[in-house]
Parts: sequence; structure tokens; C-alpha cells
Amino acid sequence: MPRPDRPLKNGRVAIYRHPILVRLTHWITALSLGLLLFSGLQILNAHPALYWGEVSRFDRAFIAFTPDAEGRVFPPWLTLPAAADLGAGRQWHFAAAWVLVGSLAVYLIYNLLVGRLRRELLPGRAELAGVGRSVLDHMRLKFDHGARRYNVLQKLAYLVIGVVILPAMVLTGLAMSPSLDALLPLSEMFGGRQSARTLHFFGAASLVAFLLAHVAMVVAAGPINEMRSILTGWFVVRLEEKAP
Amino acid sequence: MTPPLNRRAWLSGAAGLALAGCDRVTQAPATLSGLAAVERFTESAQRRVVGRHILAREYPESAISPDFRANGTTNPDNPDYQAHLASGFVDWRLEIGGLVEQPLSLSLADLRLAPSRTQVTRHDCVEGWSCIGKWKGARLGPLLDRAGLKREARYLAFFCADTLELTFDGTGDYYETISVVDAYHPQTLLAYEMNDRTLPVEHGAPVRLRLERQLGYKMAKYVMRIEAIESFDHLGRGKGGYWEDRGYQWYAGI
Repeated sequence: MPRPDRPLKNGRVAIYRHPILVRLTHWITALSLGLLLFSGLQILNAHPALYWGEVSRFDRAFIAFTPDAEGRVFPPWLTLPAAADLGAGRQWHFAAAWVLVGSLAVYLIYNLLVGRLRRELLPGRAELAGVGRSVLDHMRLKFDHGARRYNVLQKLAYLVIGVVILPAMVLTGLAMSPSLDALLPLSEMFGGRQSARTLHFFGAASLVAFLLAHVAMVVAAGPINEMRSILTGWFVVRLEEKAP
Repeated sequence: MTPPLNRRAWLSGAAGLALAGCDRVTQAPATLSGLAAVERFTESAQRRVVGRHILAREYPESAISPDFRANGTTNPDNPDYQAHLASGFVDWRLEIGGLVEQPLSLSLADLRLAPSRTQVTRHDCVEGWSCIGKWKGARLGPLLDRAGLKREARYLAFFCADTLELTFDGTGDYYETISVVDAYHPQTLLAYEMNDRTLPVEHGAPVRLRLERQLGYKMAKYVMRIEAIESFDHLGRGKGGYWEDRGYQWYAGI
């Protein structure tokens, strides 16, 4: 719900940036993604090779990780549970997947209904034209995170993660289910079950890359202001930017 | 000379402590029973959405994998099995018993005369890999009709010739259970042919189960005896299969 700005001293103003549902789903999604990543690495440890197509051509793996002497690629501190246990890893993975699906659905439906997706995340034509400049500015570590609105790279990143990558992770995951594959042409949609599995891996890798960039940008842009806004909703911006 | 501070040892010690903390949470009885409840929810959701009758996708013969992997046991060392293998399974009989009106004892020739089905399907291993193979076998449903399932029968247990782990109480013997509903699915076969040849030993000769909408570990190889049962609590360690007793999910549709 929109709330009036709260003027502060020194030409600044606190704006209510994150409604409660956005903050809740942000943290629930983050927790579920953590569980999914570590249980996913447990599952990948069971057959650490990736293929393209419907089936595994074992001599034509696209990527084949080399296990250590204990038969593991990802060490205990990267897997859930820590010990090699495929069954438990799958149990955690599918339980956390329900949490992600619920949280993502609430986030997307809420943001669509209140028009926030369009207002906050959909970049305009002029903004898109400025992508190149924004990339250059970011590379020079010149960016304005005290603004009332997200900049175009933020918008694109959040949009791609929320609308493309996370739904694609759910679908590529479901495409690996032999039972659901009987009902829907899910694996065909991604070029085969093994392709879906490989894309699922790259999706996970892109989420890890996003996490690193996201945390780095929070630190660079003022961690206290950023953390306050994702915990309480209130984000402090400069007063002169108030009039849109 | 003082030994240098072993940073690696210190780090792995710290990691060990953190892991022990994690394990306390991940192994807590409340966590495990919660996860088991979610697993049952996943199964009922999948069964409701997918339904009983939909067929697994079938492929053209050109899609058959040239390198179909054989997992688990690839040649049971049990002497009875070896004797059957040496004689080409001429004296081998598949027993179908338990909660049935008319127990059956079927030779390989009997099975070949039973209503059959041929299908080219994808085999998905729980580890993550997939292969496509062509299977021919006797449909399980008509065989169960011939034996006459009693009303109390809810599951079918498959007892196999392979022992994956030597245990004193026999819980290392491979066995598997499936629901009666899945047993009557048209693609559920006792396969005796693979890729137009007699089923090879590494893939479960003389007969292996095909349960196309679930993962590979459900599809018991070297099947010797089938029993209709009301509950699998008394079998092995009570979880419904060799791998289920060791942590895999009983429902393997995902």
C-alpha cells in the first residue's frame, strides 16, 4: 500500500519502497534458493556430468566434473545434507521447491495486481536506450543508488530473475519428472530431458552470479539504507528527486 | 622449530563444527518427519495432476540409446541364479502369490504367451542420467487378473535374485514394491526383451519390471517372485524397497 513520504533532515526523505509482501517473499525466496542450491549440489554429486538432448550419451558429456577420491565433486560444506545422501538431498530439494513456487507466485501475482511490476520494474523506451551508458557507468563504479526509482540495470536484473530465470528453474525442474513428462511435453520444450537438466544447472549458476552481484551492489550502494529498506520498507533518498 | 600453523586443519575444523550444527538441524526428528510429510504431499499432488492412465512418452526406434547404462548389480552371484543362467532359464519359474485367489508359476515360455506390449521409452535414473530403450514384455495387469487379486491387496512386492549388500537379516536383498494402481498401468511390463534381443543379464535377465512413469530404481531386475500384499511394513526395513530402506523415496515419479 502506498504510504506518504517521511521528510528527514539534510534534504533527504524516507520513501516506502518495499511493501510487506515484497519484503516477505524476498526473504522466503532467498531462504528457499539457499536450500535448493545446496541440495541441488548434493543431487548433482550423484552424476556430475551434463548432456544436451533427450538422453545421456556418456562418451559425449557436455560437461563432466571430476570427482575427488571420495567420489564427490562438491564438498560436504556445499551440500545439503553434508554427508553423501541422494535421497535426503532430493527430499530437501522438492520441499524447498514448493516454498519457492509459493513465494514466487505470491510475489508475481501481487506485483501484477497492484501494477508494481510495470511501475517499478518495466523499463521505458528511453531507459532501454540508456543501457549502454548505464553499463559503462557501473563499470566505472559510478552509479546512483540514492534515487527514488531503480536504474535500468536493476530493473532488468530483477525482471529477468523474477519473470524468466526463476519460472524457468521451476519448469526445467519439473521437466525432469518422468511422471509429469507423461502429462505435458515439458522435456521437449527444453530440447530433451538432459537439456532441461543442463539448463537447470546454468540457471542455478546464473542465480549464484546474480546473488554475488546483488550483495556487492548492496554493499556499494549503502548497506544500511538497503538493508533497512528490505527489512522495514523505508528507503532514504535525496529530497530534490521527489517530483517525478 | 615450531610447526607452522596449519590453516587448512583449522579451517576444516571450523567447517566441521559448522557442519555439525547443520546436521543437528537437518537430522532432527521434527525435520525428518516434516520432510516426509512434504514428500507425501508431492506424491498426492503428482498423482492427482497426472492421473492413473496417461502413458509415458514413447519414442521412434531411431531414438534408442546405443549406450544404455546398466546400473546396480550386473550379474547376481547367487548360485541359484547362476545355475538358471547356465541352463538358459529353462527350469526358472516366476511365482505370483500372496493375496491372490490362484497362485501362478510361470515359465519364460508362459510369459511369452501372455498378453504383451512393446514400447520405446526413456529410462530416468535417480542419479540424473537418461537412456532410451525398446522393451517387450508381458503386461502385469492381465497376469494379476489371471491370478485374481484379493480385495485386500494394495501393493505388489518384487523379490529379486540380486543382493546388493550382505546383511545377516537378508535386508541387503533387492526387492521393490509398487501400488496396485501402478501395476495395472498399460505400460507396466515384466520385460523379457530389450532392443529386440533376449533381455541381457546386466539389464535383469530373465525378467525385469518396467514402470515407465517412475525412476529406474523402481524397475527391479532379476525378478524371481511377485507377491500381492496389504502392507510392506514387514519387508526389509519397512520402507518398501532396497533403495527406499536406504533413503530413496518410495514414490519415484519425480
